[in-house]
Amino acid sequence: MNGGADLGGMQGFGPVVEEENEPHFHADWESRVMGMVVALGACGQWNIDQSRLARESLPPADYLSFPYYHIWLEGVQKLLLSRDMLTADELKSGKLSLPPIEVRGTLKPEAVWDGLHSLAGAADRPEERPAAFEIGQQVKTINQHPEGHTRLPRYARGHIGRVTKVLGFHVFPDSSGNDRGPDPQWLYQVEFTAQELWGPDKNPNDVVTLDLWEPHLVQA
Amino acid sequence: MSDDHHHHHGDMSHLHEMDARVKALESLLVEKGYVESAAIDELVDIYENRIGPKNGAHVIAKAWTEPEFADWLREDATAAIHSLGYTSRQGEHMVAVFNDDEVHHLVVCTLCSCYPWSVLGLPPTWYKSPPFRSRAVIDPRGVLADFSLELPETTRVEVHDSTAEVRYLVIPQRPDGTDGMSADQLAELVSRNSMIGTAFADNPQ
Repeated sequence: MNGGADLGGMQGFGPVVEEENEPHFHADWESRVMGMVVALGACGQWNIDQSRLARESLPPADYLSFPYYHIWLEGVQKLLLSRDMLTADELKSGKLSLPPIEVRGTLKPEAVWDGLHSLAGAADRPEERPAAFEIGQQVKTINQHPEGHTRLPRYARGHIGRVTKVLGFHVFPDSSGNDRGPDPQWLYQVEFTAQELWGPDKNPNDVVTLDLWEPHLVQA
Repeated sequence: MSDDHHHHHGDMSHLHEMDARVKALESLLVEKGYVESAAIDELVDIYENRIGPKNGAHVIAKAWTEPEFADWLREDATAAIHSLGYTSRQGEHMVAVFNDDEVHHLVVCTLCSCYPWSVLGLPPTWYKSPPFRSRAVIDPRGVLADFSLELPETTRVEVHDSTAEVRYLVIPQRPDGTDGMSADQLAELVSRNSMIGTAFADNPQ
């Protein structure tokens, strides 16, 4: 969606400022949100693409002004409500009113390390067909502006690039993020010149690569 | 926008409000049996103390000292990095990109904050914030200048926008004057930023 998260090419935010000796978290609540969001994955009520959509569908002004873990908090709250894991009343009052729904599991402290290292989040799937494009081939990205989740950012739509890697057969977020199942597709690294994306005044040597799925591409 | 964090951080009432709100949410989730607080403690401890840029620096130092490992990284970074035990989440699929005299690589995620947690840990705030995410693709040389990195016009800057579940690790150039240093000593020269592409590896002292 053309929301607050699709930032590539926006201007006016000023310089990148690095905080010296930045702590991992700036307040206790930030670390609790990180841990909660990761731990809730074990409940199996949403996938990573749905959780990205929950964040990027925040009103753009909120997305652009909230600290990052505040965005995570709003996103996870939206998911908890939409799955009936919590009710709006419970969130407001802090008191339980309904029993829990049945979930896939609860992350145990002793299972955290192994769970993190299990590769359970791998996105590749068995290949179902040959890849349509090969390395070196010229391709064009489609022009689309879906209201739901897409991993084809605005700045790279309708542009000509070149396939530089075939990355495998991966879950397609534009499907799985929009509740339509994994629909795995071939995934490619596609290289665009800076001049193709941004115009002739850019350095002719510079390029940007994106990782895009076959439905994002047509032969050029 | 980059001052946003400090603004909120300095605002005590907002801090208390967020702490209270998040505590209340955690209590509800624990009461419902969806999460255990000890599991959250463990996750926080892991990302504060056990998974971080030291993992990535190990990979880089090994690539600098073992040509076969560098070749493996080029051909199949996922297998090469997993062989060292770095298989944790947000590192399931890896690509290693090598800086040299002709090419400089810079990694970004314009759409969210995709980052190779398995080898670098959690991303710094600047990596997740609008100034970096917006400008890295349209003005990478300006972003590099913000980090005091000036590259010749003839150097090709390759920006990698992490739009899929593939995570990019920059292999910085090995600094001059490091012949004879051990892999452990070399790893000390590899900063987090050098593995994102906003710094070179440090020179030996």
